[in-house]
Amino acid sequence: MSEYRMPSLGADMKDGLLVEWYVQPGSALHRGQVIALVDTHKGAIEIEVFEDGVLEEILVPPGERVPVGAVMARIASGTDAAVAASAPAAAAAERATSAAPTAEPAAPPVAAGPPAPAAPAPAPAGGPSFREPPILRGSGPGGAVTIDDVRAARATRPDGAAPVEPVRESRPRASPVARRIAETLGIDLGTVRGTGARGTIVRADVERAAGERRAVPPQTPPASAAAPPPEPAGAAAPAFTSSMREAIAAAVSRSAREIPHYFLATDVSMARALAWLARINEGRPSSELLLPAALQIRAVALALREFPDFNGFWIDGALRPAAGVHVGIAVSLRGGGLVVPAIHDADRMQPDELMHALSDVVSRARTGRLRGSEVADGTITVTSVGERGVETVFGIIYPPQVALIGFGRITERPWAEGGMVGARPVVTITLAADHRASDGHRGGLFLSAIARRLSEPEAP
Amino acid sequence: MNESEIRAVVLHELRAIAPEVPAEQIRPADDLREQLDLDSMDVVNLMAALEDRLGVHIAETDHKRMASLDAAVAYLAAALQHGAPGATEPNRQ
Repeated sequence: MSEYRMPSLGADMKDGLLVEWYVQPGSALHRGQVIALVDTHKGAIEIEVFEDGVLEEILVPPGERVPVGAVMARIASGTDAAVAASAPAAAAAERATSAAPTAEPAAPPVAAGPPAPAAPAPAPAGGPSFREPPILRGSGPGGAVTIDDVRAARATRPDGAAPVEPVRESRPRASPVARRIAETLGIDLGTVRGTGARGTIVRADVERAAGERRAVPPQTPPASAAAPPPEPAGAAAPAFTSSMREAIAAAVSRSAREIPHYFLATDVSMARALAWLARINEGRPSSELLLPAALQIRAVALALREFPDFNGFWIDGALRPAAGVHVGIAVSLRGGGLVVPAIHDADRMQPDELMHALSDVVSRARTGRLRGSEVADGTITVTSVGERGVETVFGIIYPPQVALIGFGRITERPWAEGGMVGARPVVTITLAADHRASDGHRGGLFLSAIARRLSEPEAP
Repeated sequence: MNESEIRAVVLHELRAIAPEVPAEQIRPADDLREQLDLDSMDVVNLMAALEDRLGVHIAETDHKRMASLDAAVAYLAAALQHGAPGATEPNRQ
């Protein structure tokens, strides 16, 4: 038995407005599952549970403002709750590849020493039967546990029991966009009727299914048959709120007051990176295009492995390098405001995987469906001004992080190389770093490492 | 599908990305990225949505030929009629 409390989604958060429970008493819970929607100064955030178990009792009704740390629900632990294990196992396994990043505690993960070199990914939560990671042997890159590993493990459960439910291998025919939107909205494509060519599920079908689902109020237990839950605050594009402005003001004021920044910049030719991207993107549908931002974030994430002193937090007078590389992405919201969701374990992702994660997190940032672990876990921030911005961005570190990397707009500039001057697409990369944690020499080497990675896009 | 129907589809998808800009405020001959403050991710999402709705393939190298609303409609009309450059089944992998 344990208590589920309002998580802290940043040092400046005091409370959150509970908008909606996604689960009800008796619901089976698995580690990493999103169980409620909370409105905060960072917009509407989906909060997760960090253990397996069964929801026993809900203590806070929707519409209530809940202080950080206050008990919201009671959970029967996974061992008391084996009965509930079967149903969510398949769902959890289906989601394992994307859910792996969320399998982190909500508090910023802090390691006392330098991060362990490329430890295998934690086993995805597959329900109580798979809580022991050693039985899962990862066959993915770097020993990562893949969906196939989870399926294989399910098929050979140590207790000899048959798999709970056959895993559906045939995917409904759906367009890439429809598939992505369904994934974002948590809609099972098997339940959606396709109206496209040959019954293909297209975007409009998923949107219609989402609308129908929204129209059906979630079942409430008889005991609490009170008012229906309010419409989620983030259902439409989140409005720029004065509380978000206040939160940004508080964070950057603290940064300017406490962090002795130093700034470095370097230019790098994007010619090879863009040529490589053009080759990769040729013939791809638009939904699968790889953008330069994915290569830039990956270059930062990989360089951080060599420079762990820029990946972590300054807490209580000491640098605490983080165990994982969780790259916070500064996402500007239409109409104003900024959120910085993290891409978990970005250093372990191949470019396409990273692009998918980036696209997913940006779209959810803009529709108000980020998860608690995403807004709380960033270990460094990357800001990219995009195609229409300026050439150079001077970042403000997001405390308690110790570094921020900025990418300016890629512009064609004169570039001297091998005794010749030519026109090249060039990007200016900047580093804002905490002088308590590192020095300019080290910062320069870090920036050079990013630049080198960026000019070798084909390197693994 | 005629040009006005294509235009309606493009406007519908633009509204999904930039809901705060009324369709009547969009100047059809001017750059959409500038007018609607679209970033590269918005552009990719727009193209993906148009591919999805219209069943055409839009090559990345053709994005610059669709800079304004008028240009986008003209490109899509040609792609739908003649199977113009790169126009193929939407779901080819």
